[in-house]
Amino acid sequence: MTISMRSLALMTLLGATALTGGAGGAMAGCGIPAGRVSIIGNEFPAIQTVAREAMTCAGDGVTVKSNLTADHQKINVPGMQGNPAEYTTAIISTSSIMALMNEDVIRPLDDLVAAHGQDLAKNQLVTIDGKVMGVAFMANAQHLVYRQDVLEKIGVEPPRTYEEMLAAAEKIRAEGIMQYPLGGAYMAGWNLALEFVNMYFGMDGELFEPGTAEVSINNEKGIAALEMMKALTAYMNPDFLTHDSNATSAEWEAGNTALMNFWGSRTGVLTDDEGAPPEVYENTKVAGPLTVAGGSTPATTLWWDGWTVAKNISDEDAAATFVAMAKGSSPAILNDDTMIEAVWMIDGYMPAEVNQGVIKTMEAGTKPYPTLPYMGLLHTALGDNIADFLTGKEDAATTLSDIEAAYTAAAREKGFLQ
Amino acid sequence: MKHRTFLWFFLPSATAMFLFIALPIFSVVTQSVFAPHEQVIREVENCSVFGCTKATQIDQEATQALREAEPMGRYVGAAIYADRNHLALSEIGALWNRSSGPVDFLGQLLNLPFYGALAFTLTYTLLVTPLAIMLGFLIALAVNAVPRFFRGPMIFVSLLPMIVTPLVGALILFWMVDARGILGAVIQMMAGDPNLSVKASTPLMWTMLIVYGIWSTAPFAFVIYYAGLQTVPQDTLESAMIDGASRWERIRFVVIPHLLPLTTFMALIKIMDNFRVFEPIVSFSASAHAQSLSYFIYSDLGGETRLLSSAAATSVLTILGVVVLLSPVLVRTWRSFGKGAA
Repeated sequence: MTISMRSLALMTLLGATALTGGAGGAMAGCGIPAGRVSIIGNEFPAIQTVAREAMTCAGDGVTVKSNLTADHQKINVPGMQGNPAEYTTAIISTSSIMALMNEDVIRPLDDLVAAHGQDLAKNQLVTIDGKVMGVAFMANAQHLVYRQDVLEKIGVEPPRTYEEMLAAAEKIRAEGIMQYPLGGAYMAGWNLALEFVNMYFGMDGELFEPGTAEVSINNEKGIAALEMMKALTAYMNPDFLTHDSNATSAEWEAGNTALMNFWGSRTGVLTDDEGAPPEVYENTKVAGPLTVAGGSTPATTLWWDGWTVAKNISDEDAAATFVAMAKGSSPAILNDDTMIEAVWMIDGYMPAEVNQGVIKTMEAGTKPYPTLPYMGLLHTALGDNIADFLTGKEDAATTLSDIEAAYTAAAREKGFLQ
Repeated sequence: MKHRTFLWFFLPSATAMFLFIALPIFSVVTQSVFAPHEQVIREVENCSVFGCTKATQIDQEATQALREAEPMGRYVGAAIYADRNHLALSEIGALWNRSSGPVDFLGQLLNLPFYGALAFTLTYTLLVTPLAIMLGFLIALAVNAVPRFFRGPMIFVSLLPMIVTPLVGALILFWMVDARGILGAVIQMMAGDPNLSVKASTPLMWTMLIVYGIWSTAPFAFVIYYAGLQTVPQDTLESAMIDGASRWERIRFVVIPHLLPLTTFMALIKIMDNFRVFEPIVSFSASAHAQSLSYFIYSDLGGETRLLSSAAATSVLTILGVVVLLSPVLVRTWRSFGKGAA
């Protein structure tokens, strides 16, 4: 932890190292007398690592089980609404914590942090209205991923704006290297909605009238964001509306794409020697985020992943859950294999080359994804309607007004708007 | 049957029907006319590793008080049915006044989510139901005509689409029609267009969903018809042969009339099933091109913020849709029973 501490973002990440170092070594059952720990979360390498470590606290009256699935958002709220809740902790991210907050199923952690949180860094704590509601263990963001060999062939530097990306894509196509050089998780629904939010933030757009739940995306910035997305899709595999992150990774590993805005947490898989020929994985490089339309705000969003503790469980189970999850996100999980899985917010983390994308994104003044109670409704409305514009069924203004209307109807039903 | 005996005979199934059919429908209808309380929002400061931002949050204590005062939520009557994400009544009124002609009006109408989904759902139901029944009938005739020795294996093979889990069957086809998949490449070759992609074109996507629907449901018709074919009176068939009826004439005038009640039964079941088309849209990732009412329910319940009332309203509309579609068949059945009793 010497040279890499230079970067400002890393200072933020590891800023509170001095606070740590109080607690003793690991003991059987992690020092929990008894209790039940049940984890629900998404399924990708970093989360699997956290859950695996939390499982080591099982034994002597402590039970730990985990359910990691891509469908976690569909089951975490129902699984925490019962009393006692089935899941004692949900691993969530910037957006999905709002669903748990809205339904009031997670508890403030301040007293647990005071009692058992001596190993947590202060910047790991996610506070909402002054109360600690979650503990983050990794940072994530989408940023540029590129094929060095392809860019060298056409003699172009890694793009820093979406306009440069389009120019590079045109050149790659013109030279006959690839027909569809751009990749991207543009699957209709959640992924596509996020790409719009990214692009709209890059245009300096505001999603809502400040301080209200009134949506305001039907403007020039919204149209510009949609037009840029459409321009990009001209260089994507025509099936782009069915490509989620997994399919986008597969296209990359097959050597079909050369440039994309993609998740930092998934670049480790792209650079390892599994599933791709050497010319692909050796030449897969990451860079900072892209800007658009001459703006200075990167066209991407910052994300954290972290854990929460359910409200409807006994204090004993809550304490056991807190201790087990703290163990799961402690320095004990860091080794050569796990280090590249994510940008860990854990003491002792040394960023690998593939993690530089996320770190640069943090440095570049990127906005975090909004944590607002009604953001989930807008995200759904975006995901349901943008495809109509990209497939050419309607113009940008109609799509934006459809999105606003769909959101407004849903927000009225939910009681966010009158 | 004596009334008392009849009552005891009927009671268990009546109880089951009440518990598992009437009560859930009652519950769904209730949920669709109540919406969550108006949310009490207050401004807060949220902090994470990325710094602090001003944001808003639901005031849980105030919401709790509202909830205790009115545990059912806010009564909204038919407001959710009428809103833009369902029947869109006021939007249709505005469209009618604004549109330049019937074609323009129809185009704009189909842009409203409910009517767009209804268009696909109805197309799917009206094509898949008869085509699957016909295909099943043809397979049954073919299997019935082969020597007994081959029938076992042929029946097994014909049933495979039904045995394969729908999601898996759809996924396999989904990968095959990928622009880089075997069927996708064949389609590109036949059309002579290397950029053609089934997944990127709405008409092709609809076609694929309908083909998949026929493929996966034809075995059901086949099984029923094959069983039915075993009951066709041999004497009638033989006398028809003696009269010099060709194979087609025997099928047209003996087999088909004999199997008509089965066809009515299958049409009932299949219209109900097809109107609730759902799995293929999910497994083909087809939501960009085709949506159905069931897909809306899924999407309402699966988003980060659940829309229970909206999902309930769509459920009730689905039930009504099924009732409307089934009414001709039901009326027909009712009449034929009336005739039988007379």
